[in-house]
Amino acid sequence: MSIKAENIKYIYSDGTPFRTVALEDVNLEINEGDFLGIIGHTGSGKSTLIQLLNGLEKPSEGKIAVDGTVVGEDKKMLSKIRQTVGLVFQYPEYQLFEETVAKDVAFGPLNLKLSNDEIDKRVRESLELVGFNYNKIKDASPFDLSGGQKRRVAIAGVLAMKPNYLVLDEPTAGLDPAGRNELFAQIKKLHERANVTVILISHSMEDIAKLVNRVVVLSKGKIHMEGSPKEIYAQAEELEKIGLGVPQVAQIVNELRKRGFEIKNDIITVEEAKEEIMREVRRRHV
Amino acid sequence: MFKNLTIGQHYPVESPVHNLDPRLKIIITFIFIVSLFLIDSFATYLLVVAFLAVAISISKVPIKFVIKGLRPILMIIAITFIINMLMTPGKVLVTIGFIKITEEGLRQAGFMAIRLALLIMGTSLLTLTTSPIILTDGIESLLNPFKRFGLPAHELAMMMTIALRFIPTLMEETEKIMKAQKSRGADFESGNIVSRAKNLVPLLVPLFISAFRRADELAMAMEARCYRGGENRTRMRQLKISKGDYAAAGVFAVYFAAIIVIKIW
Repeated sequence: MSIKAENIKYIYSDGTPFRTVALEDVNLEINEGDFLGIIGHTGSGKSTLIQLLNGLEKPSEGKIAVDGTVVGEDKKMLSKIRQTVGLVFQYPEYQLFEETVAKDVAFGPLNLKLSNDEIDKRVRESLELVGFNYNKIKDASPFDLSGGQKRRVAIAGVLAMKPNYLVLDEPTAGLDPAGRNELFAQIKKLHERANVTVILISHSMEDIAKLVNRVVVLSKGKIHMEGSPKEIYAQAEELEKIGLGVPQVAQIVNELRKRGFEIKNDIITVEEAKEEIMREVRRRHV
Repeated sequence: MFKNLTIGQHYPVESPVHNLDPRLKIIITFIFIVSLFLIDSFATYLLVVAFLAVAISISKVPIKFVIKGLRPILMIIAITFIINMLMTPGKVLVTIGFIKITEEGLRQAGFMAIRLALLIMGTSLLTLTTSPIILTDGIESLLNPFKRFGLPAHELAMMMTIALRFIPTLMEETEKIMKAQKSRGADFESGNIVSRAKNLVPLLVPLFISAFRRADELAMAMEARCYRGGENRTRMRQLKISKGDYAAAGVFAVYFAAIIVIKIW
């Protein structure tokens, strides 16, 4: 089971002066169980790419297959594909429209024409998955909630479709640090316990380093690099060339190494850095 | 879905038509519309088509774009055509049951369809070659003399600028929300009229909310920069009549004179 993208090309407004090539020569395989990070400068084609994954947009060239079904080939399969690949847009709270939280989360399952019992069950489950007390929140108006809460309700609305692949476009943009950590903890839990394949777009190199096991770097519509976070962040100069960077902690560790600290050169999270620095400090004091 | 909408969409290239003074372009467009209604023979419409063709070719806007602007009103043209064809009394050509098609009706219907099509093409050429901001500058300047009678020219122009400015934004927003709801299995494309209208709720509610939010934010941002209406406001772009404008006015005068001469003749 996987999502396969072959030789994808996507052109916006072809045949007008606004013509732009958003994606070119994109080959990508996302396997079940992956936690994939997509990073890239603004306008590198990230958002376009994820819209191709669930058939919202059609590639100008090339094809995408979700679990063996080619996207867009059969229109009847589109709803199945959109259920399989759950897509959470940037600022998803702007999609809320119902009177109560429970009704809004039920919108997706309702469109799947599930039984009422199943819908209720899913609404409860997905609201709890994003950290709500179901009984407390279900009758609240989505418009009375705080920004972070709204966002979690919107994410629950996608989770209620029980997607095998969950695609999140900058899910923490505009949230405060506490909200961000909480949301990421929940996404991580989802990946580990519910066995959901997660595809995460983020501008935060720290978050990518902490969470994902594979990174795709997009630049000007092409896949520039691909690999584990450690492999990617080892190429700091290359990343800087395309307007990205490495996690701050990796920069600090690099500086320390230049000044004579004996520290490994593939450190990308604060935890790892702490271990290494402590080890080095102990070694020096013995 | 929204990619076909050309009304109010500026086509940004450099051309003599783009560079004309907006006031002149607005006046020309108005008189152009009047000229369409003066015409009462098919042959004269050829003159209009020729004038429009020349204007379009000078403007460097692909003809495709101008014609695309017709798409949203195709239905209106069709309905006008049918009503005119069936409702005009005169010499009967064909009779099907109680439906009678008359020679005068057919003629009238043809006139109406051509008029409407040319009208839309002419006015879309105005909006295609003039950026919304310049256009409202022109409107404001043209409305200025009416200030004396209490017409809030600046406020009207500002409202128009804002409305025009937000058309693409709201369309983008619509598309975004549509995509988000589609991702949750919403279906905007099938079903009968009632279910389609119902299906729009998940689109319209968020759209309205965001429109109000944007209006609020915009008002705040304008106030933060001390905006307080038209009194004593100077402008960055001063409108000036240039040589090109005289030339365009001359050409158009010849066109309009020809129309009138043909009409009287």
